[in-house]
Amino acid sequence: MKEILEILEADARLGAADVAVMLGMEKEEVRRIIKELEKNKIILKYMALVNWEKAGDEKVMAMIEVRVAPQRDVGYDAVAERICRFPEVRSVRLVSGAYDLAVFIEGKNMREISNFVATKLATIDGVLSTATHFILKTYKQDGVMFEDGEKDRRLAISP
Amino acid sequence: MKSWNAYVNPLVSSLPSSGIRKFFDLVTETEGVISLGVGEPDFITPWHIREACIYSLEKGYTMYTSNHGLLELRQAIAAELEAACGVVYNPKNEILVTVGVSEGLDLAVRALVCPGDEVLIPEPSYVSYAPCVLLAGGKVVTVPTTMDEAFRITPGKIEAAVTPRTKMIILCYPNNPTGAVMDRRTLLEIAEVVKARDLLVISDEIYSRLTYRGEHTCLAALPGMRERTVLLNGFSKAYAMTGWRIGYAAGNPDFIAAMTKIHQYAMLCAPITAQMAALEALKNGRLAVTQMVQQYNRRRLLVIHAFRDMGLPCFEPGGAFYAFPQIAGTGLSSEEFAEQLLREEKVAVVPGNAFGASGEGFVRCSYAASVEDLTEAFRRMARFVQARGVRPGIISGPRAFAGEQRPVAGEATG
Repeated sequence: MKEILEILEADARLGAADVAVMLGMEKEEVRRIIKELEKNKIILKYMALVNWEKAGDEKVMAMIEVRVAPQRDVGYDAVAERICRFPEVRSVRLVSGAYDLAVFIEGKNMREISNFVATKLATIDGVLSTATHFILKTYKQDGVMFEDGEKDRRLAISP
Repeated sequence: MKSWNAYVNPLVSSLPSSGIRKFFDLVTETEGVISLGVGEPDFITPWHIREACIYSLEKGYTMYTSNHGLLELRQAIAAELEAACGVVYNPKNEILVTVGVSEGLDLAVRALVCPGDEVLIPEPSYVSYAPCVLLAGGKVVTVPTTMDEAFRITPGKIEAAVTPRTKMIILCYPNNPTGAVMDRRTLLEIAEVVKARDLLVISDEIYSRLTYRGEHTCLAALPGMRERTVLLNGFSKAYAMTGWRIGYAAGNPDFIAAMTKIHQYAMLCAPITAQMAALEALKNGRLAVTQMVQQYNRRRLLVIHAFRDMGLPCFEPGGAFYAFPQIAGTGLSSEEFAEQLLREEKVAVVPGNAFGASGEGFVRCSYAASVEDLTEAFRRMARFVQARGVRPGIISGPRAFAGEQRPVAGEATG
């Protein structure tokens, strides 16, 4: 199961048939396991990693440090879940250190993001403070280099 | 214009030129080729190794080392050989760091083969063995292996080829170009013949870490074989370090001393930069190797499956990163197959006869390529093969025919 996950995490386009061959398993068995993984939300979604900048799209991303007052019984969860509901929010993580939640949001421009932070995020009960960091450039994401100079330089034929 | 060829040493001019060379020119002239003809990993040397090398340069490690190589590296190699193969070498006088296995091979042959000595070379074989022997004045005696025997040399064939002048046999398992691996039992039987006939062995085990079926058996670890064997290994394949040119030889102190004598005059020492990188590879490279081996193994299974689907007989390669399918059923020779496949479908493979006459009827396909490239290459190759048709009648059936025996994922012994 772990190997199936590793293969799909590296290339989600591979079908059950290919995965089965690569692991020396039966195709039906792999198909069943993948279905199970999807049902149990271990595999959540299949998607493409896009370099939007190269695609000519003017998206703005920001990472927002959010300090939160934890609440009785639910800790940080209630506030985190509230933040998650906004579609602008790409990811929310509880972190250790000087702040509590690391929130990534995406917008059309800086004004839209500032607006979101000021009117939606900072005003949530339990949010103590926010600090907004605009993303200037992505070098690497999900283990993939955005501009990779390490292309295949091998000789076409060698003994 | 005066031809200077007459001045070239006849021994050199008479060396056959590499069969790969001609094909290489053809491939580089063609655009958009997916090459499965590459004999090196598609991975780049793991970053921690490159980083350690850069750091060594920053610290000023730019000088000669001992002829034998850095003692710390030889100690690490000795520890590795003991852990992985169960054979103990003294790092002080039984290990020599060489400029790749290529140099180690040349040194061992030159140090041990006298003019007129016969050297047994199982075929299909890596391209360097025969020329090295010829340059040393030795006589090459090729011993063909077949797909029916899973490209393993048999004790009987060795026995049959031995004459009073036979000095040595050069073994390479896991094998380039066939991907064949040796089982321990056959190796033990071979060792008996070698001892009975008082032969030496050069054992090129550069692909040892890339073993997917069973466990690699180091020839030197077998009873009575340590003293008779020059063990060659290196960093090129397991650690994706081909361009660093770094390897090593291990053997009895007399052989290593003789090889070191040539090495000290011809090479002085292996580059310190590569030695520093090799040291880092041995210290911290385990995880990277395991991950690469796992990737190769998955592709290997894809490749066997692809040939089975195409109807090309292909014995299951247990090591290295090559498959050696039989293409004779298409009615084409190895060279015709490779040339037409390149022209029509822009996929490069190496004609099997580049590895000796017994490679005729086969092609070598390297699966050191991305799954994406492999998939596309096999889609094209299937189209090519289908257009020609495969006539099973005129080909021999391999014992481990991929179509009948389901390959298993195997324990990757990274």
